[in-house]
Amino acid sequence: MQSFNCPLPLMRHETVQMGHGAGGKLSRELMQAVFMPHLGNVFLDMLDDQAKLSLPSGHVAFTTDTYVISPVFFPGGTIGSLAVNGTVNDLAVGGAKPLYLSAGFVLEEGFPLADLVRIVADMADAARKAGVLIVTGDTKVVQRGSCDGIFINTSGIGLLRDDVSLSCRNLKPGDRILLSGTAGDHGMSIMTAREALSFQADIASDCASLNRMIESVLDAVPQVHAMRDPTRGGVAAVLNELASASAAGIELQEHAVPVRAEVRGACELLGIDPLHVANEGKVVVVVPEPYASTALDVMRSFDEGRDAAVIGSVTAEHPGMVVTRTSLGSRRIVDLPAGELLPRIC
Amino acid sequence: MKFIDEYRDPQIALRLADEIKRRATRRWTIMEICGGQTHSIMRNGIDQLLGDTVEMVHGPGCPVCVTPLEVIDQAHSIASMPGVIFASFGDMLRVPGSVSDLFTVRSRGGDVRIVYSPLEALQFARDNPQKEVVFLAVGFETTAPANAMAVHQAAREGIDNFTVLCSQALVPPAMRAILSSQENCVEGFLAAGHVCAVTGYEEYRQIARDFHVPIVPTGFEPVDLLAGILETVGLLEDGRAEVVNRYGRVVSSDGNIRARELVSTVFEVADRQWRGIGLIPESGLSLRREFLRFDAARKFAVVHIRTEESPLCRSGQVLQGNLKPDACEAFGKECTPLHPLGATMVSSEGACAAYYRYHRNSELL
Repeated sequence: MQSFNCPLPLMRHETVQMGHGAGGKLSRELMQAVFMPHLGNVFLDMLDDQAKLSLPSGHVAFTTDTYVISPVFFPGGTIGSLAVNGTVNDLAVGGAKPLYLSAGFVLEEGFPLADLVRIVADMADAARKAGVLIVTGDTKVVQRGSCDGIFINTSGIGLLRDDVSLSCRNLKPGDRILLSGTAGDHGMSIMTAREALSFQADIASDCASLNRMIESVLDAVPQVHAMRDPTRGGVAAVLNELASASAAGIELQEHAVPVRAEVRGACELLGIDPLHVANEGKVVVVVPEPYASTALDVMRSFDEGRDAAVIGSVTAEHPGMVVTRTSLGSRRIVDLPAGELLPRIC
Repeated sequence: MKFIDEYRDPQIALRLADEIKRRATRRWTIMEICGGQTHSIMRNGIDQLLGDTVEMVHGPGCPVCVTPLEVIDQAHSIASMPGVIFASFGDMLRVPGSVSDLFTVRSRGGDVRIVYSPLEALQFARDNPQKEVVFLAVGFETTAPANAMAVHQAAREGIDNFTVLCSQALVPPAMRAILSSQENCVEGFLAAGHVCAVTGYEEYRQIARDFHVPIVPTGFEPVDLLAGILETVGLLEDGRAEVVNRYGRVVSSDGNIRARELVSTVFEVADRQWRGIGLIPESGLSLRREFLRFDAARKFAVVHIRTEESPLCRSGQVLQGNLKPDACEAFGKECTPLHPLGATMVSSEGACAAYYRYHRNSELL
């Protein structure tokens, strides 16, 4: 995160007031003291109700996501970097080059302004790393108790490449399935950051933008069949969605899935499968077998892809199902998690 | 990872599986007691390694599954009351009662919180003296010490806004009930390692003698389970009805003496209903007289609960090892983890959930 000079002395309050969302002087103060210093650019600086953009000709991708994470600060990121990276990645996995984002904030009355500054600075940092601009935004304040501190919505526009065709319906028997790094870091970082856990684990979220790595993979291998980012539901959910959409089977090599020792340990204690745990800086890439090693090499040349691995393949057998071979040579289904991940009793 | 990887070593596991096949001269039926063992067997496909030599049947050792419907309905009723903080292990939130589950109670405004230990619930009581904090104290001998500790601490500190809705179960009486049943097919047991870590296994020796069955306490990893199965097969082949500990790194014959003392300070043995099975005499724990003020069922006199089980659910047969989950007609059709008819399809330790998760459509595997 960048170091920032706290602009708070300019402000009369230490916490968010209802007036900060009322459109008057306090709203302007919030813009000038918090948002503009970090997020400002030629579009946002116009302070119009809309950003006027000119896009190169071609097709655009458009996506939106809302971030309600608790806690808002966690090892490896904040709700701010998450809100930027999540939307950037949703564009990138569709084969789009992310360009512009909007940011909508719902703030709870009483939320510390110093925390808001930290979150906005982290958003700016993430946007800079991803090479995108936040060009329009909105802030609403709700009464204390009406939301959990801060919610952020981001929408994003990206320019679609015309040399690729990515779809979760594209899987073909023989395709290789690549994962860009370790599974489960984000979800376990959040679970262990929540106060209730009586053990401490040194697990950082993998929260990161993947557009640069993905762009390089597609430059080298435009034949990629599908890409998904395994966020909620984890790698298992993405593989099940791909298998189901393509009516193809997936054979997972469970032991090829990279998992950090700390994440594995925490999962063992809680009785949770790392394949079901959320990631925020990983991508699953499905590629025809002849191109698998090239795609893997490109991923590994990036910091965010250094632990990339081939984790499975597509098969004509058991269509719609993900099956793994255990280390003992037996086979079992890899299922979707049923709702919220619940720690076991004993 | 140390203490895990060596017990998942494929070479050792496969060697044990071969040894089991060599040792067995006929097909034996062995029950693993604990739901954690059931899940490990299904997850690792251990049943597939045994060929025709051993039939594993799945026992009643899933705390969520055997908690009586009356208690679940009481929990939902108390959790819905204003001014109550209702704390529970996460596993219990999805368990269907007669009309709803705790997630639904929470979505309707009930203050339902997931905790990892009853001592966290006790902390809620200290932090919220104006609220009533109720902990859903379910489980076997494994959870009893921590639940006893919470009640004991509350008594010592004079905390009067903390109670437990108690449904503690005991393994040995359930084993006796299974062995006494006319339908019983179990010839040997893998005893639940973590239960034995608390209780030891002296009590099991009498069961082994009374019913002439070998009992082998073991753990949860593939090598633990296969070593336990091999030991049991060896005892069966030799006709020896003995207790042999194959979980020496965790279990001793006397168990955890301090934990047992605490449990018997706070709880006494009582008759208990088992969901799907019925009443088993002296198979549960209830609070002793001097701790009755911590009994949520007394404090919140919940009456007029009329329980109703799904007529399709056959979890009672599953819990006694008489029916394999995928032999139930509702399995995977009317009954799935998202729409469970019985608790065995809910819990991470339930046999039906294990089959659904790892082995449904087994003809495709």
